[in-house]
Amino acid sequence: MKGGEAIIKALIEQGANTVFGYPGGQVLPLYDMIHDSDLNHILVRHEQSASHAADGFARASGKIGVCIATSGPGATNLVTGIATAYMDSSPVVAITGQVPTHLIGNDAFQEVDMFGISMPITKHAYQPKNSSDIPAIINSSFELAKNGRPGPVVIDVPKNVQEEELDEKIANLTDFSDITLKTPGYNPTIKGNIRQIKKASKIISNSSKPIILAGGGVVISGASEELKEFSKLIQAPVTTTLLGKGSFPEDEDSFLGMIGMHGRKVANLSIDESDCIIAIGCRFSDRSTGKVEDFARNAKIIHIDIDPAEIGKNIEIDVPIVGDAKNILKSLIKNINQLDVKKINEKSIEWYEDSLMFKRECIPRITYNETPLKPQQILKEISNAIDEDSIITTDVGQHQMWAAHFFNTLKPRKFITSGGLGTMGFGFPSAIGAKVAMPDNTVISITGDGGFLMVCQDLATVKDYDIPLIICLFNNRKLGMVYQWQNMFYEERLSHTDLGQTPDFLKLSESFGINAERITDLGETEKAMKAAKKDGEAILLDIVIDKDEELPIVPPGCGITDILGEYNIENDITGIKNGKNDTFDTISYKKGGD
Amino acid sequence: MISNNTNKENMKSHVISTLVENKPGVLQKVASLFTRRGFNIESITVGKSETKGMAAMVMISKGDEKVLEQITKQLNKLIEVVKVVDLDPDYSIKRELALIKVKADNEQKRSEIIQHTNIFRGKIIDIGPSTLTIEITGDPNKINALISLLQNFGIKKIVRTGPTAIARETQI
Repeated sequence: MKGGEAIIKALIEQGANTVFGYPGGQVLPLYDMIHDSDLNHILVRHEQSASHAADGFARASGKIGVCIATSGPGATNLVTGIATAYMDSSPVVAITGQVPTHLIGNDAFQEVDMFGISMPITKHAYQPKNSSDIPAIINSSFELAKNGRPGPVVIDVPKNVQEEELDEKIANLTDFSDITLKTPGYNPTIKGNIRQIKKASKIISNSSKPIILAGGGVVISGASEELKEFSKLIQAPVTTTLLGKGSFPEDEDSFLGMIGMHGRKVANLSIDESDCIIAIGCRFSDRSTGKVEDFARNAKIIHIDIDPAEIGKNIEIDVPIVGDAKNILKSLIKNINQLDVKKINEKSIEWYEDSLMFKRECIPRITYNETPLKPQQILKEISNAIDEDSIITTDVGQHQMWAAHFFNTLKPRKFITSGGLGTMGFGFPSAIGAKVAMPDNTVISITGDGGFLMVCQDLATVKDYDIPLIICLFNNRKLGMVYQWQNMFYEERLSHTDLGQTPDFLKLSESFGINAERITDLGETEKAMKAAKKDGEAILLDIVIDKDEELPIVPPGCGITDILGEYNIENDITGIKNGKNDTFDTISYKKGGD
Repeated sequence: MISNNTNKENMKSHVISTLVENKPGVLQKVASLFTRRGFNIESITVGKSETKGMAAMVMISKGDEKVLEQITKQLNKLIEVVKVVDLDPDYSIKRELALIKVKADNEQKRSEIIQHTNIFRGKIIDIGPSTLTIEITGDPNKINALISLLQNFGIKKIVRTGPTAIARETQI
């Protein structure tokens, strides 16, 4: 058995049957061996798409995404995707080719120090020097990528190592699963410290304005059920971060929305007003907190996170609890149940009801009748056309924030977006990965014209592998978010944010053999999406939107209550009465909207 | 970030002693961590430890408590880092080695330099036609003191290891 064959065998043993990749000189031996293997290799059209697709695959399925590229430029093209996965704690294993060991350091053709490059953007990196080390390295990479706080791992495999025969002893093993490398320095805490949990329970029970802030950690840990139970138990409204979207069913009464720069008003103001924040699996990024000094000045903050380095990094914490969100939430629930729950709830009932009342008063407006179409209206139509198991991936920019703001996600792993790194070009390839991972779910790539054009070459991948995505391209012929900032903060000096009229996205799609439709009028999006779902083929909807639509924003450096711009309220135009439960559905899946 | 709001008055020098896996790239990883996170680093020393396959890495860094907490946590996050201890200056011993080449072109200067060196419990380890080379170990302050004395004679070259440290066994 050769090194390359060992890679394939170990990958398949780890359950990674599907990989996204792009061949090249220094992975020729590996690709030669993939040719006859059971590995389902998807040929993307740019290495960057391979890493984003692997990331999307991981986020949609909870499994590990794998991508392969050659040395040098192939490897550096993966870097953006690896960094994206790192910032959002997504388990990706990236395998790169490397020049033969005797040439390393000689500036050989297509040589780059991928091991060095990956240091600050991965959880770990390996460079096997002997083929016999490969099984253990692959197994350890998968363990590291998945356990504790997930993250990407790079394995940089020199060409000669791919070709080298393994030691017979290892080659003859029927399976590799028992061999791993020792990592004495890696031992993530799972169970929360009971003293801290008791301390947290006490603070919660003494608070009269508790609120939950759920982050991506809840999704990763699979703690959505526990979160629901916990919020009911302590009667606390729930807000999320961008990555936390879907961790809590957004049609629940107690859901206030996403916080942060483009968060919902009620979420931002409630966080500000609260006296006890229970933050679970989030990292208090600057986009969530706004000005740190002004963030939740009156609140005691309980921070639950598996990564101790996140605690106290950005915000001072009153009670840190290090460990797995699911595990700790269970303990918290158990602990609080032993206290006088009735009394705890009495204390916070006024706050709870006030928040819900406030929420009812500012349900974001999503019904619009004008053209050019308003993005809110399109998101409403998209919602009407899909079910709660559909997966949305977004790119980065205005459409991303609109989707996060106006779209109700009901289940975890159904809203996939590049939060930390804010990577344009992420949306479309990550949708490819998500659809490959979850072929039975409808997958919608909500993207912008700028971000889509960065990765549009992968329409070829969609065509070749018959991946029935629905691409909703919010087309404003602008780099919308930057355009908005220039208008707001740079005296309307619109430097290089106009993308002109090229390309014609219909003709572009056509050349790839992908169906496409231009949407300019009300109701067309919903109709086209329903037809596409029935049709079962990939389609691109080129949706012409109002270029001047803006979300209110918390300007950088301001506190999250200093919101610039006005939110439009749905009640203003629909005349829905306050106080009824069904008015909570800003976007209702089953009932068809309005 | 908290490290940006560092209060200058609370900036204290800390000795961080770590045990790391002795593997390629570990030093680079640790060093780049300090750069990337904007942590200050005064010195770093590495050498084999008592455990096979493990190296002891000692770093001196300045910062307030919060920065120190982040440094320790971020170091702990590195897979190869097995143990991180922020040594208490009152209960640890800090030592540095310096080699100093001094101009000594006549008998009088030579004997004066030798005298100084003896007082500081240093050693003369090489003699040239017009130079003396001194080896001295000790607390960095002691080395600084000797260097400032020797400056009167003219120093040709100094190499210093940077301090390394170990915790005291008996803590009173």
